[in-house]
Amino acid sequence: MPEAYEQAIGAALSDEKLQSAVYSSTARLMNKRKEVVAAGVLPDYQELREQARAIKKHTLDNLDYYLEQFEARVTANGGRVIWARDGDDVVDFLTGLAKEKGSRRVVKSKSMTTEEIELNGRLEREHLEVVETDLGEYILQLAHQRPYHIVAPALHLTRYDVADLFADKLGVEREVEIEKQTMIARRVLREKFLAADIGISGGNFLVADSGAVVICTNEGNGRLATTLPKIHVAIAGIEKVIPRAQDLPTFLKLLGRSATGQPLTVYTSFLAGPRREREADGPEEFYAVLLDNGRTKLLADRAKRESLYCIRCGSCLNHCPVYRKIGGHSYPWVYSGPIGAVITPQYQGLLHDAWLPFASSLCGACAEVCPVKIDLPKLLLALRSEIVKSRAAGKGTTLERLAFRAWSWVMRHPGVYEMLGSAASAIAGDGGIPAPFRRGPLGAWLKGRDLPAIPQRSFRQMWRARKGS
Amino acid sequence: MAREYILHKTRTALGRNVGQPPAAAPEARIRVPQAGMEERIESFRQALEKLSGTVDVADSPAAARECVARLLCGRTAVASNAPVLAECGVASIEGVRAGIADRKELRAACAAAGAGITGADYALADTGSLVMISSPEEARMISLLPPAHIAVVPLDRMLTGLDELFSLVPAPAALTSSMLLITGPSRTADIEQILVRGVHGPGEVHVVLLQRYTQKEEA
Repeated sequence: MPEAYEQAIGAALSDEKLQSAVYSSTARLMNKRKEVVAAGVLPDYQELREQARAIKKHTLDNLDYYLEQFEARVTANGGRVIWARDGDDVVDFLTGLAKEKGSRRVVKSKSMTTEEIELNGRLEREHLEVVETDLGEYILQLAHQRPYHIVAPALHLTRYDVADLFADKLGVEREVEIEKQTMIARRVLREKFLAADIGISGGNFLVADSGAVVICTNEGNGRLATTLPKIHVAIAGIEKVIPRAQDLPTFLKLLGRSATGQPLTVYTSFLAGPRREREADGPEEFYAVLLDNGRTKLLADRAKRESLYCIRCGSCLNHCPVYRKIGGHSYPWVYSGPIGAVITPQYQGLLHDAWLPFASSLCGACAEVCPVKIDLPKLLLALRSEIVKSRAAGKGTTLERLAFRAWSWVMRHPGVYEMLGSAASAIAGDGGIPAPFRRGPLGAWLKGRDLPAIPQRSFRQMWRARKGS
Repeated sequence: MAREYILHKTRTALGRNVGQPPAAAPEARIRVPQAGMEERIESFRQALEKLSGTVDVADSPAAARECVARLLCGRTAVASNAPVLAECGVASIEGVRAGIADRKELRAACAAAGAGITGADYALADTGSLVMISSPEEARMISLLPPAHIAVVPLDRMLTGLDELFSLVPAPAALTSSMLLITGPSRTADIEQILVRGVHGPGEVHVVLLQRYTQKEEA
């Protein structure tokens, strides 16, 4: 693990305030989810998961067909589809569009996909004013931080952090009451909405048979961003497509429940192109940007293709004992938690963040709660295996391989195992592992782990004694 | 160029050819439950009240008008051109502006009003949701910009839930550029997971269910 991450994790673990914030927030989200997927409340929960998974599998296995269908329907609705290989393509399109329309002011609703390509900073460098309008994202934009969590981006900050931030950046009086802080943001952002030329949203689902982008939000900023400005640009990964509008009940029932324990988010917007001829309002122009950014590479890997089924509910984060301890900023990329550990190495290159798939106890809680039944532990194991193999081919870590070879030999020789056990017990005595052994490679291994005390008598010895008596 | 690149990479990854039809898709899962109107109203009420919305049942257009006036409580409002609002005579309530045709004017009026009054195409009993299909009669802004939203919904528009909605409207894009589900007041919990209503959208949602004469007879 690179030292920078080790330090970040160490800092997260020793920050009591942060530990309690992350622990209690994720616990609340876990409990809320549990209430609304209970058998008495949603008897067909398991069937819905099966269905959602089957639909995702089918769509991704035939992705080119559904992408072309989506494009044809968007065009028929009077909108345009923009294909983007990566963030550069997205930025080129947006800056070109802004220039052509003489626009400078952009409002954004929350989108992990745009975080992935660091859109805000790049547009700002092109002299556009970009304002995040989801409350959590707005706070993070002011603080120059990236999201801590897929659905609760500012989960790690307290009202006091927000009070300082607003006072500093907005020049308002320091306000620690959360309701009043929210109203300050409402007031500031409402002005931004009314003045904006372009509204950028993400997309929870792209509906192929309708040419529609579906966004699920709670605050209403997603609606404002897609209603008030003359131009709406939706940016979504190519894996977000689903075949039919009639598939939405399945996914909508799972998404809100898994994310925040809501049967439906407050607003579910089904947006099919620009305002029609006689409609009272809505944007005049509609663009759907389909982003690849590594997804087609992942698609080619049959065994790990299911990583693309993810609907970004964040449930695996909330249930992950590792995420809950080390927090979202200890992960190297915008996607954290189990799904982050699975997709980061696949998007960024296997050896770029090679330590990540190993930072898991493989407890399986994530797979149990995933609404599309992604087998996350299996994917983590597959990644580990690939990483180890590619290392063995390269320079590799000789020490680790030797250690495991020795371990394997010892485990196959019970006599030796027992001898070493007695030796360890004799050396350790009552005081645990003696200091000299806490240096070197063993020390590094022990730094983050507690080894249980070595018993004075082994199980075998006790067993023999019992048989003898 | 990017288009061909992405489609080519996708097809190569999947081993598919240009123009190859997809394998048979799993059937869409639509399950419409049976529920009587009384049961639906009760479920709608429970779901919306849990989110701090309110539900009234009015047994005549005049009663619905009274109800709206009471909910407005003296606030100014913008009303949509929904036929049900005209039927109830909402426009004659003091402080209510209706029939705004100019887009700029509508926007300014909505930004300044204390409440927005709309109809709704459907209501969903199991989640307490309103279904708003954007049209010449129904602007999106009225249920969005003002701090309170009042919707008058004829009872025969009460569906059991999402499955029934998408069985009745399998292709929303054929009707409109925007179909919106509203489930309770705008909310956030982005700071310390403390719930605050009305962050960007309306912090109040009131639904008046209108039982028409014919329906009373049927019942």
